[in-house]
Amino acid sequence: MSGFLAVLVVVLIFVVIFQISKASEYVSILKGEKNARSQSNRINGFLLIAFLILGLIGVWWCNDLLKDKILGEAASDHGEGIDQMIYVTLAITGIVFVATQILLFWFSFKYQEKEGRKAFYYPHNNKLELLWTAVPAIVLTVLVAFGIRHWYRITSDAPKDAMVVEITGKQFNWLIRYPGKDGLMGRKNFHLINEINNPVGQDWEDNLNKDDFMATEMHLVVGKPVKLIIGSRDVIHDVGLPHFRLKMDAVPGIPTTLWFTPKFTTKQMKEKTGNPDFVYEISCDQMCGVGHYSMKANIIVETQEEFDAWYAKQKSQYDIAHADDAPAAPATEAKPAADSTAAKKVVAEAKH
Amino acid sequence: MSNEATLHSQHEGVHGAMTHDHHDGHGHDHHHEDSFISKYIFSLDHKMIAKQYLLTGIIWAIIGALFSVLFRLQLGYPDATFPWLESILGHWAKGGRISPEAYYALVTMHGTILVFFVLTAGLTGTFSNFLIPLQVGARDMASPFMNMLSYWFFFLASMVMMSSLFVQTGPASGGWTSYPPLSALGDASIGSKIGMDLWLISMALFIVSSLLGSLNYISTILNMRTKGMSMTKMPLSIWSFFFTAVLGVLSFPVLLSGAILLLFDRHAGTSFYLSDLFVAGKALPNEGGSAILYQHLFWFLGHPEVYIIILPAMGMVSEILAVNSRKPIFGYLAMVGSMFAIVILAFLVWAHHMFVTGLNPFLGSVFVLLTLLIAVPSAIKVFNWLTTIWKGNIRFTPAALFSIGFVSTFISGGLTGIWLGNSSIDIHLHDTYFVIAHFHIVMGVSAFFGMFAGIYHWFPKMFGRYMNNTIAYIHFYVTLVGAYLIFWPMHYEGMAGMPRRYYDYSTWESFKQFAELNHFISSVVIIVFFAQLLFVVNYFYSMYKGRKVTELNPWGATTLEWSTPINPGHGNWPGEIPEVHRWPYDYSKDGVDFIPQTTPVGAHESKH
Repeated sequence: MSGFLAVLVVVLIFVVIFQISKASEYVSILKGEKNARSQSNRINGFLLIAFLILGLIGVWWCNDLLKDKILGEAASDHGEGIDQMIYVTLAITGIVFVATQILLFWFSFKYQEKEGRKAFYYPHNNKLELLWTAVPAIVLTVLVAFGIRHWYRITSDAPKDAMVVEITGKQFNWLIRYPGKDGLMGRKNFHLINEINNPVGQDWEDNLNKDDFMATEMHLVVGKPVKLIIGSRDVIHDVGLPHFRLKMDAVPGIPTTLWFTPKFTTKQMKEKTGNPDFVYEISCDQMCGVGHYSMKANIIVETQEEFDAWYAKQKSQYDIAHADDAPAAPATEAKPAADSTAAKKVVAEAKH
Repeated sequence: MSNEATLHSQHEGVHGAMTHDHHDGHGHDHHHEDSFISKYIFSLDHKMIAKQYLLTGIIWAIIGALFSVLFRLQLGYPDATFPWLESILGHWAKGGRISPEAYYALVTMHGTILVFFVLTAGLTGTFSNFLIPLQVGARDMASPFMNMLSYWFFFLASMVMMSSLFVQTGPASGGWTSYPPLSALGDASIGSKIGMDLWLISMALFIVSSLLGSLNYISTILNMRTKGMSMTKMPLSIWSFFFTAVLGVLSFPVLLSGAILLLFDRHAGTSFYLSDLFVAGKALPNEGGSAILYQHLFWFLGHPEVYIIILPAMGMVSEILAVNSRKPIFGYLAMVGSMFAIVILAFLVWAHHMFVTGLNPFLGSVFVLLTLLIAVPSAIKVFNWLTTIWKGNIRFTPAALFSIGFVSTFISGGLTGIWLGNSSIDIHLHDTYFVIAHFHIVMGVSAFFGMFAGIYHWFPKMFGRYMNNTIAYIHFYVTLVGAYLIFWPMHYEGMAGMPRRYYDYSTWESFKQFAELNHFISSVVIIVFFAQLLFVVNYFYSMYKGRKVTELNPWGATTLEWSTPINPGHGNWPGEIPEVHRWPYDYSKDGVDFIPQTTPVGAHESKH
């Protein structure tokens, strides 16, 4: 019933607008084209300048409402550089934005058609055109130079002492692997993937795999650089780290990397943001299917002691896979039926 | 010759034309009897084909916009249920709430429809077809038959895409970019089953249509200009259509190759894009492919595509601003030069869509440089438009208002391009709402404003009637204000890192603070959608019942299309094609309001 009413109201509004518009057309014919045009010109000139003024107030007001809802201070060293770039770019584009919008609407208002006014025949002026070719070119060169400097810094090789964590995307969650005590990741092969006890396809023949362990949350040490080795099992995903201002695609078959140094522990961020529920979230930023919006993992940034305590409790995936002391059967043949039900379960969970 | 005298001589021309007498000896026999089918369906007349494109484009635009309203319902009111949704979408909206599958299908179709079917075919197809022969002084396109084929391939592409909406597993739902492996594997997404095949077939047909059209536009502009119409005497609209066609011819085939390889990967067991995959509980045999290869092929078209969308709008806006400011466009040659620069650069920036794919950092920095270079010709254009209206005598016709709106949104959206083109900023903003805000303002809203400006401006030439001004003004202000209300706050969501293409944000600690804002945006979307329906009503009503055009040249424009009869027949000019003597921007020169291109240059005229 209310739906029907809504449709009725919309139709009524349409009819009213339509009738008024028809009537005003007849009036303008009666008035003569010239009079009608000068009247509508005055109204439109006024509306355009009103749009400019209200629009600029709106821009300020919108900023006032929303500025506290964006992320606050960057939580990584790379993020600081990116924020700095954003501020410089915001200042430059902000000035151009305000200036050109004011000129556009002010000119429209000021030079609206008036009786007796003659337009100024002004087809070109080489000096002016040169000026507004050169100035943007120079400003952009500066922006490019700063941008590329930050870009190279962010994409540089990770420091040698960086902690290494592997993160693999699958529909629709993240698989996190730590290299264990030896600090080296074992080989993997997608043919060996097995939903039950070998989610990333570790090759048990490789001794480096013996101490690698899987984690449900990514634990990082504050102030210590970390290098992420990013991959995917199925479609393209993307490791999105909004608080650290970083992002990198997870592409099947082509590993990518990303490194940064977290600046604040999760606990510190809870205080900084005043939000007791604060958590560093990994979002999937590349459309990956129906559960894309729910593909989340958490990062816990903590002190070295807390990290060590957590680390000590982890059990290697090798031990989990070989818990029953069963021989390391070739994983590819391991009950595909069970695998697919497991996969379905994940999808089903993602949907909720 | 005075302005008055010009008008009078043109008035005489009308009456001659309206009676549709036989005119002999002009080389073209364009007065054979037209049946309904040859006049309205398989028409060879570029003007009718343009109207076919426009009509199809309007229908697609309504569907595409409606889809955005539907998915904005989910984003704005995630907890609400709308039982009527279940009545129209069935199991795609069980219990009155759009399912994630349906949400992604809607998002994908919204993008595909708007980018390709509305803003490429609907915009270029309409105005290139309509204006090229009329403004360069030709009786029709170089090949009217190819032109007709171009429309019917587009129609076929439309039908295939439309049919994909009705298959059981739904249409493609991997985003309008259709990245593999998601789009290659039916097991990875329900939309990658038959819906994806239909998507690819439809795109292939669409590309054929686009190529047939573009080749025609290019050859018409190069070969069929009337006497005296040198390239530098062409209106900027024609230059923009020319550059658009060149872009299309050079880039669309690359998308076709990408689509064909994807079809092979889907059905022929090849591994162009596939490697190391474990899907639906088993490892796939594909090895050695690169998922990134597709992105290179896609964006090699995909980026020029955004200029294919925006260039015609730029050209028409330049034309309309000059006419309505009663001033020449400022810096004609710089305008042409900057469009040319944009065309060249359009081919050299595609990888800025791929900064976070693991691209080589050095390559990334080259693309940063080339991408930001595009801001230079764009800046030239903006400043030239501003100088064009400066000291003008502006008439606020609906077309002029939409042109001013175009410049405003082009500035707003263009400036955020400087953010995203800089790779270090893009790392944070990539695939967030900031990107949505950026491209919707700069190529969505701007291109639509250009299209609306074109429709309002040339409607009298298309149908011999005017559209209703009051509805047009309401349409303009609601759309302008609404567009900013919708997209401006999205920049903030993007700066918070809020990802695109999420069905629901309520479980995210980092993004759920925007629930209220999303609610607000969705409400505005609904209002703006209804304002567009006002335009549709105005369009169709005015087509049949609008105020009749009684003068040949209602806007006082200099270009050739206004020297044709009010309702030109096939062949455009009943007599000889007029000869051109001057550039199209002699407005307010030597105190004369305007001097048509057909007027010979007087002995005492000042030079420009």
